[in-house]
Amino acid sequence: MKTPVEHSNKRKLFEFNGGIHPEENKWQSTQEGIQQTSLPPKFVLPLQQHVGAPAKALVSVGEHVLRGQLLAEADGVVSVNIHAPSSGTITDISDHPVAHPSGLSSMCIVLCPDGKDESVERVSHEDYLNLSADQTRQIIRAAGIAGLGGAGFPTDIKLHPANVKNISTLVINGIECEPYITADDMLMREHADEILRGVEIMARLLESEHCILAIEDNKPEACAALNVALTERQQAKSAQLHEIELAVIPTKYPSGGEKQLIYVLTGQEVPSGGIPADIGVVCQNVGTARAVYRAVRYGESFTSRITTLTGEQMQQPCNVEVRIGTPINWLIEQYGYSPSQPERLIMGGPMMGFSITDSSMPVVKTTNCILAPALNELPLNEQAQACIRCGLCTEACPADLLPQQLYWFSRSNELDKAEQHNLFDCIECGACAYVCPSSIPLVQYYRHTKGEIKQQRLDLEKSDRARIRFEARQERLERETAEKEAKRKARAEAAAKLQAEKKAQAESASNNTNSPAQTNDSKTAAKSAVEAALARKNVQTTDSAPAELSAEALKSQLEKTQAKLDKMLDALEEAKQNNLDQVAKLQRAVEKNQLRVNQAKQSHEQAIKREQASASQPAPSAAENSQQAPVDIDQLERSLEKAKSKLETMRSAFEDAEQDNTDQKEKLARAVDKNVIRVAAAQNALDEAMQNTQSETP
Amino acid sequence: MALTKLSSPHAKDALSTSSMMRWVVMLCLPGLAVQTYFFGWGNLHNVLLCSVIALLCEAAIMQIRKRPVGFYLKDYSALVTAVLLGLALPPLAPWWVCVVATSFAIIFGKHLYGGMGYNPFNPAMVGYALVLVSFPVAMTTNWATPSMLLENTLSLPETLSTIWQLGASADAYSGATPLDVYKHEIKAGTEEVIRQNAIFGNRIALGWESVNLAFLIGGLGLLVLKIIPWQTPIGVLSGIALPALLLSWDSDQAVPVSLHLFAGATMLGAFFIATDPVSSSTTPLGRLIYGFGIGLFTFVIRKYGSYPDAIAFAVLLMNFAAPFIDTYTQPRTYGHRKAKRGYKAKDKG
Repeated sequence: MKTPVEHSNKRKLFEFNGGIHPEENKWQSTQEGIQQTSLPPKFVLPLQQHVGAPAKALVSVGEHVLRGQLLAEADGVVSVNIHAPSSGTITDISDHPVAHPSGLSSMCIVLCPDGKDESVERVSHEDYLNLSADQTRQIIRAAGIAGLGGAGFPTDIKLHPANVKNISTLVINGIECEPYITADDMLMREHADEILRGVEIMARLLESEHCILAIEDNKPEACAALNVALTERQQAKSAQLHEIELAVIPTKYPSGGEKQLIYVLTGQEVPSGGIPADIGVVCQNVGTARAVYRAVRYGESFTSRITTLTGEQMQQPCNVEVRIGTPINWLIEQYGYSPSQPERLIMGGPMMGFSITDSSMPVVKTTNCILAPALNELPLNEQAQACIRCGLCTEACPADLLPQQLYWFSRSNELDKAEQHNLFDCIECGACAYVCPSSIPLVQYYRHTKGEIKQQRLDLEKSDRARIRFEARQERLERETAEKEAKRKARAEAAAKLQAEKKAQAESASNNTNSPAQTNDSKTAAKSAVEAALARKNVQTTDSAPAELSAEALKSQLEKTQAKLDKMLDALEEAKQNNLDQVAKLQRAVEKNQLRVNQAKQSHEQAIKREQASASQPAPSAAENSQQAPVDIDQLERSLEKAKSKLETMRSAFEDAEQDNTDQKEKLARAVDKNVIRVAAAQNALDEAMQNTQSETP
Repeated sequence: MALTKLSSPHAKDALSTSSMMRWVVMLCLPGLAVQTYFFGWGNLHNVLLCSVIALLCEAAIMQIRKRPVGFYLKDYSALVTAVLLGLALPPLAPWWVCVVATSFAIIFGKHLYGGMGYNPFNPAMVGYALVLVSFPVAMTTNWATPSMLLENTLSLPETLSTIWQLGASADAYSGATPLDVYKHEIKAGTEEVIRQNAIFGNRIALGWESVNLAFLIGGLGLLVLKIIPWQTPIGVLSGIALPALLLSWDSDQAVPVSLHLFAGATMLGAFFIATDPVSSSTTPLGRLIYGFGIGLFTFVIRKYGSYPDAIAFAVLLMNFAAPFIDTYTQPRTYGHRKAKRGYKAKDKG
């Protein structure tokens, strides 16, 4: 269905599907030429008036500045400089209401002009065409130019695409398809020559093959002015200048949309999710072209723009050259704004503009229109009727979407289906809602759903990160447990060996002595069982460790405690990130363990000393051994007590965790289980030892 | 200072759902006038009766559902359903046929599914199909004979007395439709023989051809006003005409294309019934397929089925298919290499 249309051009034009023809209402504001505004009582300059990072303020309150002085510098690549619109004093740097669809406030510099309007010294370049590309880009960047068309993308970046060699076409957008807005129209009528010179500068930077200035056929005056200027430029043409082609295209909303305009002019589509540079096209607004010329030729920073003031509540609708930062309420009062009805102010046009929440907010670099409509002019939304699936929205959609399906998916929160129906290719032009016979605010639904999907993506990313981290940690813990298990087995074997040796020694000793030795023997057996239990169950008995516990065993215990402490520190780190509640608890646990490590260290050292001392002495006698047995039972009892209390604290911690943190729940549940086993084992060992001793003593 | 805050767009086209519905009703009127001229007061009476019943049912349901009655009555959708039923039902059918069809259409066909915008089936055709299968005699024998063929034309009181079953019988004034007659008699005779029956008149089918022409004109009006898409009626008409050209080219063997297109409810169906937006397909290509399906089923049922006309069943059958068709006929979005078809778990394109 996309067919080329004939239109007194050299270029073959294409027609995009969909689109609408709303009432233009452009005549009201084109009755007079562009007016110059006087200085307002104050300027409010938001640090962010563009796409990207907010600029960084360079001035402080009380400082006196001159017009064109840098007030805030670009912070990073995608950011834009902000200059003083007039000379005066900085009176405030704080949050102010700004032009934002959600009515947010943001950081602004407030400047009170002194009325002298003194300017910094400007560096003009009469021979600007001899500047190198880099120098030119530097000047454009320094001048703080952001796209004047709407989004406010930093111009210097667009003029420096990664694949500059592949850029074949520079499109200058003079379409201005939104109803009511005439800022570009008037600019083209009055400053056609400056626009063309700006275009030449940009074409030189991009080395593009074609350079097309596109304009809708509802602007005959602007067309004529451009033609006159073009002829002049051609007469003065030198070899280094690019030829500019004027393309007059049929009026249809939204042919000024970048994607639609590129299709109309080239028949090519910008790939979904891509940018025009992907197909070798760069798009710039006519206002941007003029700003570029003023910056490069005269060294002017970007401190003023053309803005349309219109709507029935404005007594003198017109276009004004207004300084950036001028408060809107002051500005519109100058041109006879006298609201007789509930006030409604729209920044931008009736199709894509947003109603502003506070009329004291300032004009920014992207403000192309202030619309103050009367109620009968743009009636308030009617109560929405049911969607009858008439499909008028589908016919109007310039992106070939199914707006009505997207509406149903948005309503039922079927985000995946909305995404599959290419919701993100919606340019929010408002054509669907304009034609909707049931007055459904479709675009609002799409904005909401886009927000929901973006949020969902963020959440998913976050949970994915958490999952990967958790799995890695799980793996590490398992590995560590396996390593520990192996170590433990090795130790148990060594202990058993040692025990066997001792037993053999004791047996040989009992062979030498008589009956009391037998008791000794069985007591030794009990003790060895206890020792095995000690080794196996990792019960801490180091405090009063008997001399028999080898330095090696103590060392391993020390290592174990150290490892535990490390683990706790890990857990503490994690907990700090996840759950502040548990931090205190864990901190206490860590301190406790620190103590334990210290104790273990001490006993280890003692043991080493003892061993060194006993090395010269003969093996301990059986009598000594028999004395040790009851002590060990005491120790076992103590350790059981300890393990029990540990289990208790863990249980309470678990219960707490259950209430406030499900993440840690599993971990703690495992720890509790482990400790239950540990307590049971300790109890067993104790019982066994008791039985053994009891069976011996009678 | 309180500034009115609204989301863009702030401008709005004048066409509203109510005015769309009003246009549909208004552009039905030429057809109704011609119908009344040829077949007597029956249809006019039915349209009025159905409208009253429909509005009463709509208001009652809205009251029960605790919705603002006035707001919903003003969308005129119930009126459209009623008018279509009044036009489609046999002019001399007893009054209770109208009442049952209309109330079933509004209550079951529309509101039990969620009301305006949510009904998967065309409510008027739901009502029509119900009475067609429930009261086959009343629905097939009460087609009025064109008044110029009657010795005594049926006056308004006589019509009322017939419809309200107050004594007068419809037998003297009614008969089978040309589609029915041709279909049954062609098995035995030739076109020449059949055409001697006065109900065919001099051209295609006396009365019916004019009624269809009137609906065609009204339908073109809807197209010009962009109230209905062009794809659906074109689909329906080609869905009937193409198979008819292929299978019924010999008018001595089967019902000819001309009779298919200009007898029965063809034009009413193509421009006013099949285009019900709520229950039809919503994509441009989908509508073409949807319309073609209706046409095709109409032809098949007319040719092989035992019902005299088939628009109602064909529409209902395609209503079933509409969501499926939509899924597979999504247009190619700007900037995408190809259109998406159906739902896939992981869709990248």
